[in-house]
Amino acid sequence: MNEALPLIWRRIPERYNMLGSKCLNCGTPYFPQRKMCPKCRRKGKIVAEKMPTEGTIYSFTEVHAAPKGFEQETPYFLAMVELSNGVRVLSQVVDSPADKIKIGAPVNMVFRKISEDGEEGVIAYGYKFKVK
Amino acid sequence: MDVGIISYGAYVPRMRIKSEEIARVWEKEGKKISAGLGITEKAVGAVDEDSATFAVEAARKAVKCSGIDPQKIGAVFVGSESKPYAVKPTATIVAEAVGATPFMTAADFEFACKAGTAAVQACMGMVGSGMIEYGLAIGSDTAQGRPNDPLEYSAGGGAAAYIIGKEKQIAEIEATFSFSTDTPDFWRRQHALFPRHAGRFTADPAYFKHVVEAGKGLLEKIKADPRDYDYAVFHQPNGKFPLRAAKLLGFPEEKVLQGLVTPLIGNTYSAASLLGLASVLDIAKPGERIFVVSYGSGAGSDAFSLTVTEEISRKGARPSVLVKDLISGDKEYIDYAMYAKHRRKLKSL
Ligand SMILES: [Zn+2]
Repeated sequence: MNEALPLIWRRIPERYNMLGSKCLNCGTPYFPQRKMCPKCRRKGKIVAEKMPTEGTIYSFTEVHAAPKGFEQETPYFLAMVELSNGVRVLSQVVDSPADKIKIGAPVNMVFRKISEDGEEGVIAYGYKFKVK
Repeated sequence: MDVGIISYGAYVPRMRIKSEEIARVWEKEGKKISAGLGITEKAVGAVDEDSATFAVEAARKAVKCSGIDPQKIGAVFVGSESKPYAVKPTATIVAEAVGATPFMTAADFEFACKAGTAAVQACMGMVGSGMIEYGLAIGSDTAQGRPNDPLEYSAGGGAAAYIIGKEKQIAEIEATFSFSTDTPDFWRRQHALFPRHAGRFTADPAYFKHVVEAGKGLLEKIKADPRDYDYAVFHQPNGKFPLRAAKLLGFPEEKVLQGLVTPLIGNTYSAASLLGLASVLDIAKPGERIFVVSYGSGAGSDAFSLTVTEEISRKGARPSVLVKDLISGDKEYIDYAMYAKHRRKLKSL
C-alpha cells in the first residue's frame, strides 16, 4: 500500500459513506465528488450527496494477480457496480459465493478494510460490495 | 432512571470453522472437545474484516432501526479486546461511519468480555444525567486464540450495537448492578499476539463467582425473583457455563436458550452477552422481562434488568435480519488452512 496518509484521511467521507456530489441544476449525481458539473458548467450548482448503498453488478472480473498490498486477498472479485441512482463505481465484491457473482446480481455496500500499511502503519477502511 | 434501549444491531461474519476441523489439525478428539465445550462451530471474520468493521456493520443497523438523526448521538463507546490499533480509537472510526461526528465524545473500552456492557452503562449514565440525548454502545471482537490452545475452539467473532436513550425505548433498563474484583484469570500483555488464561481457575473463582454475585446483587437491589423474568442472558464463553450460571441463580434452562448463541458462533467476547440479548429482543413481546449478566475476565460482571415496551412492535424497530438468520443463514465452511490465512495466523503473512 503506497497511499499517502493525507490522502487516506481526505478520502474518509468518500470511502466510509460514499459521499459524492449532485448538481442541483440538472440533478446528475457524481461519485467521487466533483467541483463542477460538466453538463451545466457555470450554470451548475454542485452540492455534497450520499450515494445509495444498493446497486447491481454491471460487469466483473476475477483477480488472480493482485497489485501490491492485495496479494493476500487473491483470488478476489472486482466489479463495476451500478448504484441505484445510475452512478458506476469500481469495487471489490466480497463475502459472496462465486456462483452468485454475475452480471445483474443485486449488491449492497459493506464496510471493510481496504488496505493497511504493513503491521505498524495506518489502516484504510471503506466500502466494498456483497451480493444480497 | 427512565433510560433504555432505543434500537440494536448485530453482526456475525459469514465464515465458520467446525470444532472438529480444528481438532483434526492438532490430532485431538474433535467430537469430545465439541461436546465438552458445547460448541460445534465458530464464526470467523474474513481477511479484510476486524473488530472495527464488525462494529460499523452492527452500529449501522442500530442507527437505521432507531430512526434517529445520527447527529443526535452524543457518545460512541466501543468495547473490545481485539482492537485494530493498540493506540487510536475504534470509536472514532465507527462514529464517522454512522455519521455521528464531529460534535460528540468517543472512547474505546477494554474489560475482556464485558467491555461492551460497560459501554452500555456509561451511555446509561450520560443519558440519565442529561449530558447527551443518545449514546451508542458496542461490543465487538474478532476473538483471538493461540493455535492449539483450548481457546482456539471457542474464540469466535461478532458485534452487537445498542442505542441508549430516553424517547421511544423498545426496552426499559430498570436497573444495573456490577461486581468487580482483581482476579487474574485471563489476560494479554501489551505486545503479546494471543491472550493467556489460568485454565480451570477461569471457572469458579472467576466466571461463576462474578456472574452469581452480580446477578444476586441486582435481584436483591430491585427486590426481584428469577420467576419475574421471561428470559435470562449470560456471558457465554462456551455453551455450558451460562446454563450452570442460570441454575446457580435459579433460572430454568428454557429461559436461557433463546439468548444462547455461542454453540454455533463461538465466544464472541465483548459481543457475547449483547448478541444473546439481541437474539432475545428479536422475539420478545411487550411486557416481557429480560435478565442479563455479562462477565469480563480480570474480573467483573454487569447485570441488567429490562422490560420490553410496546415500541418493539413498531414497524422497523427490529433489524430486518434476525440474529438467528445471522447464525444459521448464509454461511461458508472453511478448513483450517483457510482459517489460518484469513485470521493471519501464519506469521509470514
Ligand atoms: Zn448539472
